[in-house]
Amino acid sequence: MARMKFLCDADRCIECNACVTACKNENDVPWGINRRRVVTINDGKPGERSVSMACMHCTDAPCAAVCPVNCFYTTADGVVLHSKDLCIGCGYCFYACPFGAPQYPKVGNFGSRGKMDKCTYCAGGPEADLTPAEYGSRDNGQFTGYGSNRLAEGKLPLCAEMCSTKSLLAGDGEIIAQIFKERVVRRGYSSGAWGWQTAYRERIET
Amino acid sequence: MTVAQLRVFASTLLFGFMVAFAAPVSAQQQPNSVNPTEQSVKEQQLLKELNRIQGRSSLPDSKTGTLEQPAGRDWRQFQQITLRWIGAITILGMLAVLVLFFLIRGMVRIEAGRSGYTLVRFNAFERFVHWMTAMCFIVLALSGLNITFGKELLLPLMGPQAFATFSQWAKYAHNYLSFPFTLGVALMFLMWIAWNFPSGVDFRWIREGGGIIGSKHPPARRFNAGQKAIYWIVVLGGGAAAVTGYLLMFPFYATDIAGMQTAQMVHGIVGLIFMAIMLAHIYIGTIGMQGAFEAMGKGEVDVNWARQHHSLWLEKETKKGRVPAGGVAPAE
Repeated sequence: MARMKFLCDADRCIECNACVTACKNENDVPWGINRRRVVTINDGKPGERSVSMACMHCTDAPCAAVCPVNCFYTTADGVVLHSKDLCIGCGYCFYACPFGAPQYPKVGNFGSRGKMDKCTYCAGGPEADLTPAEYGSRDNGQFTGYGSNRLAEGKLPLCAEMCSTKSLLAGDGEIIAQIFKERVVRRGYSSGAWGWQTAYRERIET
Repeated sequence: MTVAQLRVFASTLLFGFMVAFAAPVSAQQQPNSVNPTEQSVKEQQLLKELNRIQGRSSLPDSKTGTLEQPAGRDWRQFQQITLRWIGAITILGMLAVLVLFFLIRGMVRIEAGRSGYTLVRFNAFERFVHWMTAMCFIVLALSGLNITFGKELLLPLMGPQAFATFSQWAKYAHNYLSFPFTLGVALMFLMWIAWNFPSGVDFRWIREGGGIIGSKHPPARRFNAGQKAIYWIVVLGGGAAAVTGYLLMFPFYATDIAGMQTAQMVHGIVGLIFMAIMLAHIYIGTIGMQGAFEAMGKGEVDVNWARQHHSLWLEKETKKGRVPAGGVAPAE
């Protein structure tokens, strides 16, 4: 079985935000929810670097560990998903997540959080594959479902597929690590696989 | 165009060509593997400096600028291991101590028996504030315990769907009841502060074990040192729980991710210790001491109870003429 991962080759990311746009469009993500984002460090200064980041689908995911209602599960492909039926919007997964992936629609009073929404690796949710219930619809500012299930259609997440510079890679961890390594050998430099040490407890030695 | 202008134009052109042709030559001399981002920030170095990688994104939500915060894993360790140990040790430990104490000491009785005469200890407003705060506290405590221990204790019994629905309502209850609870703590702070400053009497009371551990009954004013301790624990602990609770209820309004994690940690620790101490408070107010519950129940206590536990307060109330005539005579 594959172990799905994301890899952002930061030397190639040009902060075009096509991945962010592709994600929002493919999954009909509501306003205020950002499953993927591009973060620029030292923006406008020497040493600037941009990295595209979403849920990394961690090994031994911290969000799943801290969830008080156990709404998370990991698929056979290593994708970390959750059930919006069970989520109570407590916000704990955001505190535990090393990558700021969980997002909450603002509903009701105070800063009340609705059901959490995050990157699904374009793999839908707990409902039956490729059904309208799985895709979901808008309900009072919340998105009831999980968006696209491209994985069930044999496709990879759209953010990586759309990446104009092929900076963002998605697929089986070993395969994308191999692509990255070959790329690094050919061009002769690398800034590593950002987030891999934190998410997967491994580094790609190049 | 003059000759001088032509000369300038020609030399400019020549310089331009020189630059244009010189550049590829020098590039060829360099190795193929020039790293254009050599000077750029590196992940390991950034993590080593701050254990957090902060940048900015084009989104209006400022917290999306945090690229990585491995501290989330430390918070998880606290949340799943440390906090549960703190809760288990303080709450179960307190229960064990109270059971043991009850078995050894039993109920502290009114030694002189009931006199049949009573005097007012807490007026209706004081009792209303106490019970409003107490009832909120019980719901807050149980719904708080559910967040920390529910998935281990209740989830296997209830099943995922029922447990999630229950937890959702528990969360709402926790959020909304925080307001009357905070109000209650604030009112308690104001209405009882006058009697809760430490005084010399308190040292003797503590030295003699408050009459709970020894057999003596040291004098005390309206509140003894133990009650003063409860007062300050409620005011300071309740205050800390309220402040950190509102930080959590209004996420990221006043603080960043590290602040949110700290707020949750303080909220959890304060809450669990608070619960353990309140168990002792409930014990001494019910089965631990004869005649004590009446003070907060109907608001009046027996004169002999007052003489045994709050002798200085009784004297003062007697002088004010608030004690019924039959109850004034010393029982000794």
